[in-house]
Amino acid sequence: MSEAQKNTTEATNSRKMLVTMVGIGTICALLIVLSFQTTLPRIEKLKAEALEKAIFKVIPGMVSKKTFQLEGDKLKEVTGKVKDAKLVYAGFDKDGKLVGLAIEASGMGFADAIKVIYGYDPHKEKIVGFYVLESKETPGLGDKIEKDASFLANFDSLDVALSEDKNSVKNPVTTVKHGKKKNGYEVDGITGATISSRAVGNLLKNSTGETLPQLYKNKDFFEAKSQQ
Amino acid sequence: MSIQTTNKANEGFWDKLASSPSTDEYMKGLFRENPVFVQVLGMCSTLAVSNTALNGLAMGLATTFVLLMSNILIASLRNVIPKQVRIASYLLIIATFVTMTDYAIQAISVELSKALGAFIALIVVNCQILGRAEAFASKNTVWRSILDALGMGTGFIIALLCLGTVRELLGNGSIFGIPVFPDSFQEWVIMILPPGGFFMLAIWLMVFNAMKQRKAV
Repeated sequence: MSEAQKNTTEATNSRKMLVTMVGIGTICALLIVLSFQTTLPRIEKLKAEALEKAIFKVIPGMVSKKTFQLEGDKLKEVTGKVKDAKLVYAGFDKDGKLVGLAIEASGMGFADAIKVIYGYDPHKEKIVGFYVLESKETPGLGDKIEKDASFLANFDSLDVALSEDKNSVKNPVTTVKHGKKKNGYEVDGITGATISSRAVGNLLKNSTGETLPQLYKNKDFFEAKSQQ
Repeated sequence: MSIQTTNKANEGFWDKLASSPSTDEYMKGLFRENPVFVQVLGMCSTLAVSNTALNGLAMGLATTFVLLMSNILIASLRNVIPKQVRIASYLLIIATFVTMTDYAIQAISVELSKALGAFIALIVVNCQILGRAEAFASKNTVWRSILDALGMGTGFIIALLCLGTVRELLGNGSIFGIPVFPDSFQEWVIMILPPGGFFMLAIWLMVFNAMKQRKAV
């Protein structure tokens, strides 16, 4: 066999190298496309299911859901999946009353972007639920933002009340050192996951600061939807 | 480790199995040529992913799959790939199977891909896989390459579990996510941090070398 290998090696020229590389490249590309295509429907289904579950998790007491697209300051109802659009999910109780809004937010974490969804109660002006959709934070440390019970307890009731002129959040969300939380708008951080817990505080600050005033302008829109 | 039997006539099925070259091809990866403890290859993923037992197991399984598939393909193409472009070809093949594994894991469960997401891509740069492609699959038949990949893969899983269980136990007070120590146990956070990986690896290497020396005497 080594004889045969030697002969092939000697006969090798650039053309053969090129043909082999292109050939292997083609096989590999085909394999990747094939596995991408076969897994895509299932991956999208699983992701949609996970999102649906997360929405129900972050808005306590909701039984039905409507999806709205936020364009500038305007909202419009959409069905199904819309690509590259800012979506807001509204949760209604069994009497059709609005109980909360679920908003997706993302920001840079320690390793990669962190994507979360949070529930906002417009009546109490508080964040009432929080769930990490995607994160690549260090296992055992940064990923505590997903699991740590005392950290997650921050988001059962986090003050995000709007300022007097309704154009910004009065007290932007900030992350403080573990055990130093004094005010309703502060997030009690995690020891050993300082950067990740701060990142969560920051992305909530940015998202609430931008989205909540926009939503306030559509207050009447939601009231009308509630009565339907 | 093949067992030498003097009386060939009395050989039973298990003895035959134990002394066959195929079994040896598989068994060598477990301890004698263990990829982590003896060859000390693939340290990047070994140290990064062995912080919990479950991470270690999942990473070991994913690596074994990639190793097996790339070994099969490389062994069957071993007479076609020119020597000058072999490394590039191997990397292409390995990267392909890693990508496929990533898609498969995403399709199996969101939870699993959440837990492993960051680590799957690491398999591409696991020099153990490239090492097996270069040192074994490119010179041997498909069947022997399969056995080699399975043996090395199992050896890798064993090593990751050895490291992962101890690190998780000391660093998090649990095994496979199940708490084993009372709440008053002060966790050695350093064990799940990168330095803990080095400490634990050193200790296991010490154990393995001590065992080897004792056998040699």
